[in-house]
Amino acid sequence: MNTLNKNEIENTKSKRSKIFGISLIFFGFVIYLFFGLGIEGQATFRLSRPTDPFALPNLILPAHSFIGLSALLIAFFGGRIIMKAPKNFTIFVALSFFLAIAAFLVWATAGKSFSLTGMLQATVVRAVPIALAAMAGIMCERVAVINIGIEGMLLAGAFAGALFGSIFGNLIGLVLAILVGGGFGFILAALVVTFRVDQIIAGVAINIFVLGITSFLTSHLLKSNPELNDAPIFKSIDIPFFSEIPVLGSVFFKHNIFVYFSIFIVIVSTYYLFKTAYGLRARAVGEHPKAAETLGISVIRTRFNHVIIGGMIAGFGGAWFTLGSVGRFDEGMTGGRGFIGLAAMIFGRWHPIGALFAALVFGFADSLQQKLAILRTPIPSEFLAMAPYLVTIIVVAGIVGNAKPPQAIGKAYVKEN
Amino acid sequence: MKLKLNEISKSFGPVKANSDINLTVNRGEILGLLGENGAGKTTLMNILTGLYKPDSGSILIDNQLKVFHNPREANKNGVGMVHQHFMLVPVFSVTENIILGTEPTTTFNKIDLTNAKQKVLKISSEYNLDVDPDQLIEKLPVGIQQRVEIIKILFRDAEILIFDEPTAVLTPQEVVEFFEIIKNLKKAGKAIIFITHKLHEVLEVCDRINVLRSGKIVGEELPKKTTNKKLAELMVGRKVNLKTNRQIVEKGEVLLEVNNLSILSENKEPLLSNLDVKLHKNEILGIAGVQGNGQTEFIEALTGLRKISSGKISYFGKECKNFSPRKIHQLGVRHIPEDRQKQGLIGDFSLTENIILNTYYENKFSNNIALNWSSAKKEAKRIIEKFDVRTNSEEISADKLSGGNQQKLLIGREMSRSINLLIASQPTRGVDVGSIEYIHNQIVMARNKGIGVLLNSTELDEIIALSDRIIVFYEGRVIAEFPSNADPNIIGLAMAGVS
Repeated sequence: MNTLNKNEIENTKSKRSKIFGISLIFFGFVIYLFFGLGIEGQATFRLSRPTDPFALPNLILPAHSFIGLSALLIAFFGGRIIMKAPKNFTIFVALSFFLAIAAFLVWATAGKSFSLTGMLQATVVRAVPIALAAMAGIMCERVAVINIGIEGMLLAGAFAGALFGSIFGNLIGLVLAILVGGGFGFILAALVVTFRVDQIIAGVAINIFVLGITSFLTSHLLKSNPELNDAPIFKSIDIPFFSEIPVLGSVFFKHNIFVYFSIFIVIVSTYYLFKTAYGLRARAVGEHPKAAETLGISVIRTRFNHVIIGGMIAGFGGAWFTLGSVGRFDEGMTGGRGFIGLAAMIFGRWHPIGALFAALVFGFADSLQQKLAILRTPIPSEFLAMAPYLVTIIVVAGIVGNAKPPQAIGKAYVKEN
Repeated sequence: MKLKLNEISKSFGPVKANSDINLTVNRGEILGLLGENGAGKTTLMNILTGLYKPDSGSILIDNQLKVFHNPREANKNGVGMVHQHFMLVPVFSVTENIILGTEPTTTFNKIDLTNAKQKVLKISSEYNLDVDPDQLIEKLPVGIQQRVEIIKILFRDAEILIFDEPTAVLTPQEVVEFFEIIKNLKKAGKAIIFITHKLHEVLEVCDRINVLRSGKIVGEELPKKTTNKKLAELMVGRKVNLKTNRQIVEKGEVLLEVNNLSILSENKEPLLSNLDVKLHKNEILGIAGVQGNGQTEFIEALTGLRKISSGKISYFGKECKNFSPRKIHQLGVRHIPEDRQKQGLIGDFSLTENIILNTYYENKFSNNIALNWSSAKKEAKRIIEKFDVRTNSEEISADKLSGGNQQKLLIGREMSRSINLLIASQPTRGVDVGSIEYIHNQIVMARNKGIGVLLNSTELDEIIALSDRIIVFYEGRVIAEFPSNADPNIIGLAMAGVS
């Protein structure tokens, strides 16, 4: 490499860090201006319920000084980035975002009290369908099948869970929801693998079909027979000992089986994809199907299996909406969680653990808007409800950037003979 | 192990890719399978490795009848193939690629990586194939990737090894190393089939040569008792002139001048650095180099397809800053792009439509509202005739033509009009020997008429045969310059980065 180009690269790098630095200083200033000015009183964050065995005292923060300090710190990070142009300044940017959210929360709670633990617990719960949708997406896309139909598969799982749960009880309802999801996985696989239909179109068709059929059945079957839309939900199970840890216990160990199974699926699929022989073959099919075929791996069968498993995970995720949450089905109740799951999959770079953390980010945005609505902030609740979708757009447009999907993605495989 | 193919036939629709092919390879022997593109070599080997099923005929291994339904069955019977386009997953490690499909596992299907690595290292030391088992494929040069492919089939205990155009992607030095490798394999008692269209290669390493033409074996030769010329005639089916007539012409004024040209990639990494190139009238300037060393980007910059980061490009003494491809075309600069199917022609369009692709707007073909099809057809007919494009109509779509005829159509389109400078990139890639002869003559004729030609080719033989001057690209720089009579081995070294 010659020196001229090296300098050029350095220049563009320092230019970028300057832009980020200046933006952060401005950002800190704006935060103080909007949230810090004229605010008084204290923000009370409840960490435990009085009934908890090891109750923690409340966290009380003086609003004005906390927000002022946060704003100052953000500006300081900005200045540091400009002065030093550290190699990995994204960590400062991430810290600044964290501080900004904290400052926002303190502003919203000033003079009131707010259950921090409750919000974090809700974050985990809300992340469940998103994480499961992302896992379903990973299973499909790792073998190079795009699954836009996850939203529809979630909805189908939710409907099946409500209907069959009402008739046969929640356990059989859950199993049937998973099977219905798997069935749609099979349909998608048949369309895109066997008949080589365009993958996006096939997925969209599934979404439209499921939305139509569930709406039809809701108005013609469930409305007139309300007993068919009244499924028993899964109660939360406290994990002994762990659930008694302050804060963490409530956030992670007092949930129903959906949360525990989601974590289990994340661990198993990580092990499967990256440690086992079958996982290696699946990834090979997604990256270079012809190479896999020459080594005797059946591309068609591998794709079928994984898309069906993806559908089953989506069906399980769908059942969360009914059997794991409210016990009844409403039209379009998945509200785009399948698509957000796909965003989480990309944000997590097609890795189950990455996708889980991404899902937690989206879950946080979701639970934040829900809790803030209760606090009655001056921001209209409709606007707050946009938060998860807004985060999706920012993430997909900005942060994802150059994440690399499996190389063969979206391409049908034609077996020669 | 001994392999025998008996009366193998295979058709794709009306096309007979292989008809009644008989062929034997013995233990410790290298059989050369010589043939042009489309002669049926790859089809035959795909039958042998279980990717295709033959319509008729049989495969015998050690005199036992075998039927392969898929590649795995062929593998199990000791047949392994190194494909022309490597079958490697770029984001996997060397070991992962080698074990894929036959992974050693422990409990819960977990891959036993330590065991796998040991096996890989054992094979690599046994056959002198040096590789790092943990390295990612995408980080490795092509020559090493090929070694990984070889270890991959040896890992599956292959006794019959098939190499499909193994030297196509290698530098001359890597070719020498590759020949050493297959000689070692031969010594170890493997039966080897070496598929190629390069005459000197079969003469150099093979024990026996079978020539394939239009799906049939047309001759068997022994390297000691045959000549280049005879093999070429068997391959093409008629007499060919392997030497291009290239009389010395005095070079003229500078047509193209490139000063200090640099191009950065999207990630701000240098693709080309501080390039200085001059091309004169009556001169063929050859660009040699292994693919991916900046040649493509250089030609894209010259033809207005890529923005330059710094430096200057001047045609005929005038700087062309950010000229569009059309504007450069209007200067009389003609471009034969390296990939005729992706850049040169539109496969679904008719020959006529392809002929007017870059001139449709001119008065001759358009009145600014509608196209003048009769005049376009006339032009197409003229070019088809003049440039010997074998077709029965100018109305068929371009992808119906063979590779050689597509290339002749493309060259006809670019060279039939007033032309001052020709930029030809891989002009004979995937083209039959007969067409190569024709295309080379066209290029030399153009140069004799006073045109400057910039010839980019990864085939060093082609560069040496045609060029008046040779520059070598390495990692985005011109690493060396040679006269036309330079030693190919020294040029080869430069291609590998030794200057």
